[in-house]
Amino acid sequence: MKDKKGWRELPIGTIITEPGSAREFKTGDWRSQRPVWDANKCSSCLICFIYCPDNSIKIGDDSKMTGVDLDYCKGCGICANECPKKAIQMEIEKR
Amino acid sequence: MKIRALTGNEAMAEAMRQINPDVVAAYPITPATEVVQIFASFVANGLVDTEFIPVESEHSALSACIGAAAAGARVITSTSSQGLALMHEVLFIAAGLRAPIVICEVNRSISSPINIHCDHSDTMGSREAGWVQIYAEDAQEAYDLTIQAIKIAEEIFLPVMVSTDGFIISHCMQRVEVMEDKEVQEIIGVHRSPYSLFDKPITIGPLDLQDYFFEHKRQQIEVMNQSLPVIEKVMSEFNARFNRTYSIFKTYKIEDAEQVVVLCGSTCGTARVAIDKMREKGIKVGLVKLHIIRPFPHKELIELLKSFKLITVLDRSDTMSTMGGPIYVELRSAMYGCSQHPTIVDYIYGLGGRDIDVEQIMEVLLNGEEIIKQKKVATPIGYIGLRE
Ligand code: SF4
Ligand code: SF4
Repeated sequence: MKDKKGWRELPIGTIITEPGSAREFKTGDWRSQRPVWDANKCSSCLICFIYCPDNSIKIGDDSKMTGVDLDYCKGCGICANECPKKAIQMEIEKR
Repeated sequence: MKIRALTGNEAMAEAMRQINPDVVAAYPITPATEVVQIFASFVANGLVDTEFIPVESEHSALSACIGAAAAGARVITSTSSQGLALMHEVLFIAAGLRAPIVICEVNRSISSPINIHCDHSDTMGSREAGWVQIYAEDAQEAYDLTIQAIKIAEEIFLPVMVSTDGFIISHCMQRVEVMEDKEVQEIIGVHRSPYSLFDKPITIGPLDLQDYFFEHKRQQIEVMNQSLPVIEKVMSEFNARFNRTYSIFKTYKIEDAEQVVVLCGSTCGTARVAIDKMREKGIKVGLVKLHIIRPFPHKELIELLKSFKLITVLDRSDTMSTMGGPIYVELRSAMYGCSQHPTIVDYIYGLGGRDIDVEQIMEVLLNGEEIIKQKKVATPIGYIGLRE
């Protein structure tokens, strides 16, 4: 906390002057369970991508699923629940 | 300068026309309805360049105003009573986002019981929302202070509400000196927002958690701390230009007084007549009319009031704290920091539009003389014109 800016240095009215700064807000550490993806079972149907509320399913240039972005995944488990191939398993997050 | 016969509502609408705000978003409510109704006719007749947004509630009205202010617009709305209550949530947001919005507020009691008449419980109930609060005594002040309010708001980037007493000011026709449009434009100048949604991408109103929320609130406290000199500056510029005498509070015959009455709003006129009559009897009383309730000018009031024998506060609302009305509670709190402690008493009056007259105030002042003589206060909080 001590390294953060004091009240005199902040822009007024809570405005954020840098666009796209939400990227810096890594919500992944909220997670209590992590999705573990099995590439061998995955058919890249991208249903998980559509359902993921945190936009955390990574897709490669070839439109194939490439994994989960754990910086932002909050571990809700929706992807695991929706995957028709059972390619995602939820595991307890160990820190 | 023109001399016109205007009601308080007409005076505020006229000030709005001359300010020519970029956006007005509003919803009607008695007794403030006319302010925007008249303004809407200015819009319809092409007399202003304003984007007028008729919304479905006061909550939406102030929300739309915030959006407009975020885009860098000059913004005004008007409301009263329950309308201000419905805005309550958004009042805090406007202040926190430092949106320089002006509300032309017409004071009216808050339900329940249902009542449409004047008291100050609506705006006094919003004291902690972070808005500058200015109280007018008559239609002329309603006009002048609306113009000053937009300038104050835009200098410190805080929202400002200007209050007039419902019906007593809002609906009574009075003599009002109206400036030329050009003069009003010259004094308010061009509004320059330090940020705008249109300049470059910015985020307004983000989530602000344990790490920064406190710092942002401290900023808000600081701008309130620093607002009084700005308010004084705007008032003195206005005074110099239009030959007026505005200040954060105004005194009347206090020089040799032993007892002073402290109050705000339309009853100041009634109280001045009472003071004159008391002085005819040789009783030394004076009056302090408060224009600014937020920020509360505590240092200045201590300096002004510390050497009187008795301060008689008249409050047109109650705090329901069992400690009296808001002006009394705050003034007593302020005076605690002063080495001299004049006696302070409070009278609640005029709730729900209950009439108050010269004789009633004279009676209060006579009670005060008795307190000074006896050096004893039997009941510090009294009620004027209430049936027991
Ligand atoms: S829903 Fe299952 S199969 Fe479809 S892309 Fe996601 S992980 Fe692969
Ligand atoms: S667990 Fe939830 S947040 Fe994480 S990738 Fe799956 S759907 Fe998205």
